[in-house]
Amino acid sequence: MATTAPYAAPTAETAERLDEIWHTPHTLYGRLATVDHKIIGIRYLVTSFVFLVLGGLEAAVMRAQLAQPNLHLLSAEAYNQIFTMHGTTMIIWYAAPILSGFSNYLWPLLFGSRDMALPRINALSYWLFLFSGIFLYSSVLVGQMPDRGWFAYAPMTELQYSPALNMDFYALGILFITISTTVGSINFLVTMLKMRAPGMSINRMPIMAWSTATISLMALFALPSLSAACIFLFFDRRLAMHFFDSAQGGSPLLWQHLFWIFGHPWVYIVVLPAMGMASMMIPTFCRRPLAGYGYVVMSTIMTGLIGFGVWVHHMFATGLPPMALSFFSAASLTIVIPSAVTVFAWIATLWDSKPVMRTPMLFLLGFVLLFVIGGVSGVMTAALPFDWQLTDTYFVVAHIHYVLIGINLFPVIAAVYYWFPKMTGRMMDERLGRWNFWVMFIGFNLGFFPMHISGMLGMPRRIYTYSGGLGWDAVNLVTSIGAYVFAVGVLLFFINVIRSRRSGAIAGDNPWDASTLEWSVSSPPPEYNFLVIPTVRSRDPLWEDRLGLPERSSVREGPTLTEGRETLATTPLDAELARVLHMPEDTLIPLSLALATLVLFYGLLLRAWWLAGLAVLGLYVVINIWLWPKAHEPLSEEG
Amino acid sequence: MSLDSRHLLPPSTREHPPGWWAMVCLIITEGALFAYFLFSYFYLASMAPQWPPNHLPELKLAGPNTVILIASSFVMWWAERGIKAGQQMRLRIGLLITALMGIVFLVIQSREYAGLKFTASSHAYGSLFITITAFHFAHVVVGVLMMLTTQVRAWLGHFTERHHLAVTNTALYWHFVDIVWIFVFASLYLSPRIWGHT
Repeated sequence: MATTAPYAAPTAETAERLDEIWHTPHTLYGRLATVDHKIIGIRYLVTSFVFLVLGGLEAAVMRAQLAQPNLHLLSAEAYNQIFTMHGTTMIIWYAAPILSGFSNYLWPLLFGSRDMALPRINALSYWLFLFSGIFLYSSVLVGQMPDRGWFAYAPMTELQYSPALNMDFYALGILFITISTTVGSINFLVTMLKMRAPGMSINRMPIMAWSTATISLMALFALPSLSAACIFLFFDRRLAMHFFDSAQGGSPLLWQHLFWIFGHPWVYIVVLPAMGMASMMIPTFCRRPLAGYGYVVMSTIMTGLIGFGVWVHHMFATGLPPMALSFFSAASLTIVIPSAVTVFAWIATLWDSKPVMRTPMLFLLGFVLLFVIGGVSGVMTAALPFDWQLTDTYFVVAHIHYVLIGINLFPVIAAVYYWFPKMTGRMMDERLGRWNFWVMFIGFNLGFFPMHISGMLGMPRRIYTYSGGLGWDAVNLVTSIGAYVFAVGVLLFFINVIRSRRSGAIAGDNPWDASTLEWSVSSPPPEYNFLVIPTVRSRDPLWEDRLGLPERSSVREGPTLTEGRETLATTPLDAELARVLHMPEDTLIPLSLALATLVLFYGLLLRAWWLAGLAVLGLYVVINIWLWPKAHEPLSEEG
Repeated sequence: MSLDSRHLLPPSTREHPPGWWAMVCLIITEGALFAYFLFSYFYLASMAPQWPPNHLPELKLAGPNTVILIASSFVMWWAERGIKAGQQMRLRIGLLITALMGIVFLVIQSREYAGLKFTASSHAYGSLFITITAFHFAHVVVGVLMMLTTQVRAWLGHFTERHHLAVTNTALYWHFVDIVWIFVFASLYLSPRIWGHT
């Protein structure tokens, strides 16, 4: 094996040489052309948080409207647009991209690699994400924001009921971002298969890699369903087709099937990586490896599989045959099992340990609690009779927020507190962090728990106002107050990020004394990530001494690869050395492709077919330039 | 740093490079897209009182066209085998014939469209028929364009026995496009002959 090979010890000269090779200049060109996964990862995080704020402001407006009966700050039409944008933004432009941000930043560092497998695809997926968001929000400028709810049920979305551009922005905007998510998922999968350091066989991969790889594969199967639905919708609206038109042999239920075949796997796509991050942080603070690694991996994969078999539980009230309903109800109850296995693995890790109560750990404990509450209300709605009673009420709104905020936002904030020192070299403020947690946690429960009650009292979701005397007044006022407290908590988080970035305590390489490879390099890491490509011999390479493991990973000696932008490729299962990979230089090609795609989608939106055709031509030219081998490069192993 | 570490690594030519895996992933997700299209077709078919609404799609053009497309996959396979053995001419000729067969498919398919008695806006069946075949049509166009680029590179001598990922990926994509057509053909042209109801 390679470890026995006589590698020369790296010197200061090695670092200098690598700096030169991997450096991205801080010029306008450098910023637009960079393919560095760390820069792209942080951009993903910042952009997703911008969408979180936009979605949050929309929620704030809604809660102002609903604080008391008979308020008319917003017209019914404006309210429709606001709640649609809130849901669409949060679920599609925040919840998944934020997790891509962490995975983009962390994966090569977790794997002991110098970059993702497809760095230009990585840059492309970011630009497409950004531009798709700009495309969606440009609907604000013409006052025609999507307005039929984030799941946009036909036939309300058909042209005759919605003649303006609102739902065109929706259909095309979503189609746009699915391209970004698809190429991003492909990049994660290929990186997982090829880019792990020698010795990191699949049973030694960090849990986060398992969860992101699982959801990436899920995305490849789930997203086309959404794409198909949005293509049909656009064709129905603008090419006079009849997919959802029951008068001409179509069916509005086709939309619901396609949407939820995507929609339910999507729920797991936006929570599994967050659970994966929790499975990495909890052991660090408990000072012991995760209990039941194998069980957690298996249940992650099982969740991914069963996630495809439950979509009809969103359609229990649509009049489908009872046999189908029973099947999907049973499947929906089954999916509780793998999630519960993971929760028990965390509890087992916590059990009998002395957890170090730093801010990330507070958020993680809050997350476990909210996960259980959100899970229980999920089990409740998986039961048919219960669902028939409560579907389309605020109970469902409460459930989705416990799931998405509880299992996505709380662990995301824990992860920012945890990895912020790695990204910036500085710690976040602990005191402000505790305030941040308690304000968010109390505000959240104050805001969202009463929604269970308003739901049981029969308050339908999505009504823009309500009359007094229905017993909903007090509970709505509490909800609104809680929502604002929660917003203050989120604000404290942003204040902490901005302040700590300038003036936080210096972190050092491994401030949490954690066990995985990203903590073996400096904070922030050098542009080339690793001075030597490590060789991995256990799941916890930095804890081998402490755990008394017989294996010894090597993080200080190994190949340095100083001939050019190079890293190692290994075999998919055992991570044995396969070849040296030549990595691409910075390039404007991803940005050009994304810009051409933006033009294409505006062409479609405005039905300026010539413009769309021109954009496709542009895409064709740029793709050919991309794939053409560069004159100064030797023909690579792959080319 | 005089030590060139790459010489220490055991060369492994059997291992697929990242670009190959990326193409496989792309094919998976594209295949899923067509699967959802066909799901939609059968879903609406199952609820229709009469399917297809008017008469069965004719096999006069589509039948031979299917044979041409499937045959082109074998030519592509022959071409790829050529470069694996280092035979440049075989690659060039094979790619050229495959691309021509693809173009013939497109021409015949266009005539099929010209002869249809319905449009995409006649009824849901028309929407499905046109959308599904048009998406496949677009995939054939992409495949032909890929072969065009690969053809030029083949003449420039870019490929060798060991270095020909672009050829492998073009071939993978082309086989995928052909296999999808088998499913599309079986669903749109053959299945109504078996399960169609009036």
